[in-house]
Amino acid sequence: MEDQHRDIVVMEGIDKSFPGVHALQHVDFSVRSGEVHALVGENGAGKSTLIKVLTGVERPDQGTITLSGQRAVIRSPLHAQQLGISTVYQEVNLCPNLTVAENLLIGRAPTKWGRLDWKATNARAREMLRDLDLDIDVTRVLGSYSVAIQQMTAIARALTVTSAKVLILDEPTSSLTAHETAELLRVMRKLRGDGLAIIFITHFLDQVYEVADRVTVLRNGALVGTFDPAQMPRIELVRQMLGRSLTTLDTIAEQKATTTRQIKDEVFLEATGLGLGGSIEPFDLVLHPGEVVGLAGLLGSGRTEIAQLLFGVDHPDSGSLRIDGAEVDDFSPTASIGRGVALCPEDRKAEGIVGDLTIRENIVLAMQAHRGLFRYLTKSRQYEIADRYIKLLNIATPSPDQAVKNLSGGNQQKVILARWLATDPRLLILDEPTRGIDVGTKADIQKLVLDLAAEGRTCVFISSELEEVMRTSHRIVVLRDHHKVTELDGDIDEREIMHAMAGGER
Amino acid sequence: MTQTAARGAARHLADSRLFLPAVALGLILLFDLVFVPGFFSIEVKDGHLYGSLIDILRNSAPTVILAIGMTLVIATGGIDLSVGAVMAISASVACILIDPRIIGVSLSGNINAVVGDPGYSFVPMPVVILVPLAVAALCGLWNGMLVAVGRIQPMVATLVLMIAGRGIAQLITNSIKIIIFNDTFAFLGNGFLIVPFSLFVVAGLFTATWLLTRRTALGLFIESVGVSSRSSLFSGINERRVKLFAYAFCGFCAGVAGLVAVSSIRTSDANQIGLYTELDAILAVVIGGTLMSGGRFSLLGSVLGGLIIQATTTSMYAVGVAASAITAVKAVVVIMVILLYSQQTQDAIRSLGRRYLGREAA
Repeated sequence: MEDQHRDIVVMEGIDKSFPGVHALQHVDFSVRSGEVHALVGENGAGKSTLIKVLTGVERPDQGTITLSGQRAVIRSPLHAQQLGISTVYQEVNLCPNLTVAENLLIGRAPTKWGRLDWKATNARAREMLRDLDLDIDVTRVLGSYSVAIQQMTAIARALTVTSAKVLILDEPTSSLTAHETAELLRVMRKLRGDGLAIIFITHFLDQVYEVADRVTVLRNGALVGTFDPAQMPRIELVRQMLGRSLTTLDTIAEQKATTTRQIKDEVFLEATGLGLGGSIEPFDLVLHPGEVVGLAGLLGSGRTEIAQLLFGVDHPDSGSLRIDGAEVDDFSPTASIGRGVALCPEDRKAEGIVGDLTIRENIVLAMQAHRGLFRYLTKSRQYEIADRYIKLLNIATPSPDQAVKNLSGGNQQKVILARWLATDPRLLILDEPTRGIDVGTKADIQKLVLDLAAEGRTCVFISSELEEVMRTSHRIVVLRDHHKVTELDGDIDEREIMHAMAGGER
Repeated sequence: MTQTAARGAARHLADSRLFLPAVALGLILLFDLVFVPGFFSIEVKDGHLYGSLIDILRNSAPTVILAIGMTLVIATGGIDLSVGAVMAISASVACILIDPRIIGVSLSGNINAVVGDPGYSFVPMPVVILVPLAVAALCGLWNGMLVAVGRIQPMVATLVLMIAGRGIAQLITNSIKIIIFNDTFAFLGNGFLIVPFSLFVVAGLFTATWLLTRRTALGLFIESVGVSSRSSLFSGINERRVKLFAYAFCGFCAGVAGLVAVSSIRTSDANQIGLYTELDAILAVVIGGTLMSGGRFSLLGSVLGGLIIQATTTSMYAVGVAASAITAVKAVVVIMVILLYSQQTQDAIRSLGRRYLGREAA
């Protein structure tokens, strides 16, 4: 009796199919008040669908949902909110051009004589944030704050729109720095202490072990089980998520060792004093065929800026860039493709995928752009190329005619990789290729990078996860505050990189 | 077996973007079948076809031509409000080339010769056709520059020419209505080759545009830019050039529509030619299933959209609705289209269809 009362949400036998995909197969899931319940699984495991069912975005084909002991049919996201289920999505759904206070109280701001009472609004907003131990200027526009603060604003809003009993956090930490993540986890612990039930979706197992009371694993739309993290060794959890054991990581290390010997002495690309005011200070960089060069640095340290300069999205205002010994003077993505340079951009949604187009069209896009208008690839040729890369990269889709926006993040990333591999690049720049991607796909991408190096191609690998950069890169360039600080190779020590990233003076 | 195949085909049809416009056109024609006696009769006079259906086709020509160009612009995520004004410019340029008296050019022979000679034109006919089209394409290019290079919102950018264009058209003809006596030019909008000649213009333009967009990579690039111009840029597509082309092409189409319109009324009336047609063109594209937000486009859908608009107008005249009230009827059509295309209605139709079609399959 007592136990049942504590279960705020009980989902039983949830089944959901989409055309071509059985997204959820008879899944049971429950959350208690005062717990953080982590939901983990590979991309396409069914986490998002389960959440969509709970928040009324999708109706289940079968199964029941019980809220605080009563059967409930959740008709819409608004209805879910009224029932006390609040959600904060990965991308912050607020208005960056309004102030923090306006964002928090929009539509329900206190009024006085029929007019908005700004004083009360701001005071109320400050109070709401103070509940999360956050003390900031609420009259500044939201966009001027870091993503972490924006996310906490979203949480504060989610908690107070209605009196929330359940808070769903959908991959809230994937674009946060380590420090910001710690801050968010602190807020989660505090809310748990207040008796809230928190569903926490994440790809970061560290965070699961740090904050979760229980963890539920989904795989291919089916429930693997709900576990107590304290009783569950990490390697076992990964094995449950993948359904196979992880030997890829060992092969990656081996592969890196063998490819090191194959790096050629000749120079593919040479940047001398290349820079762009306000974006990246002048830097020197030499890239050889067959090597993987990692760019390490905190978010905003200039990693992406270097990538965009090399790819020609931005035009440098100082220095020179030579590729194959020839001076580059036309900076544009189109020209870069011609030179054999490719970039998988950091912002997959806005700069990578073309959501409404099919997988096939997305894959052939860069190749076609290079061929120009009139050498149009025939449909059969397009299918041939798409099928080849779908197989090669293991893209999970029923058909190459699926719209890319319907794929999970990891598979979208693979489509973009396929787009560039189809152009047969000599330099592939990967900017955060594994962000928001499950463990299995991560290892696949790391392995792919080393495979490409073994073929004599050059890769530039950018990632916020230092471990990953170290695992794949032969040489690491460290950046700080828009400066190239140092370059490390040979046996690289993690502490050495972190020191360089953080700066000696502190 | 065949039944299953037929059901599959039916389902495919129901999912097609052309399904709703085709149904809408069907409904309008059904209305005519019931309420307008003789609507479907087609007569043959002097080897020409006459009848309400032919009228619909002929009168829809300018709208359909505009809609073809507008489709590409809307597919890039833009809009072109200036097409009506560009029609007027193109018409004025053509008229001044045939009869430039009002700008002080003395014509060979006296005025009576001009009026009396249906073959007279100041410059050769190919020039009369090509120069206005070039001017119209330049107008479109100007819009494209503002949008693609100036990064001005398409609605604001094209508003400039929408307002200024009619003034420019007036300037060209010195605000005088030039009457066209040249029969060759008038053939464009009035002539018959069994069916009205303008239909050949529409067919030719449609085919050329279809080949251009679907037999080269242009269609893919336009759709890609419309969905995400930033992703397209990062994929090596020159999104600026794609947009410039779309607007220039839309201007070109407006030029063609202007020539057809002025040749059919035989008078350069810069105040009337193409007035409000930009709205019809946009409406035709939307009815045709191309989203205002850009991306996927359907040229055939836009043609159907143009026909639907004209069929509505013609049907209303046929049942005796006053000309002044036609716009109100059009507004009702717009509301119906919005309702019909909304996600809720579509879902309802789909689930109805699935229940009906899927019963035996299950």
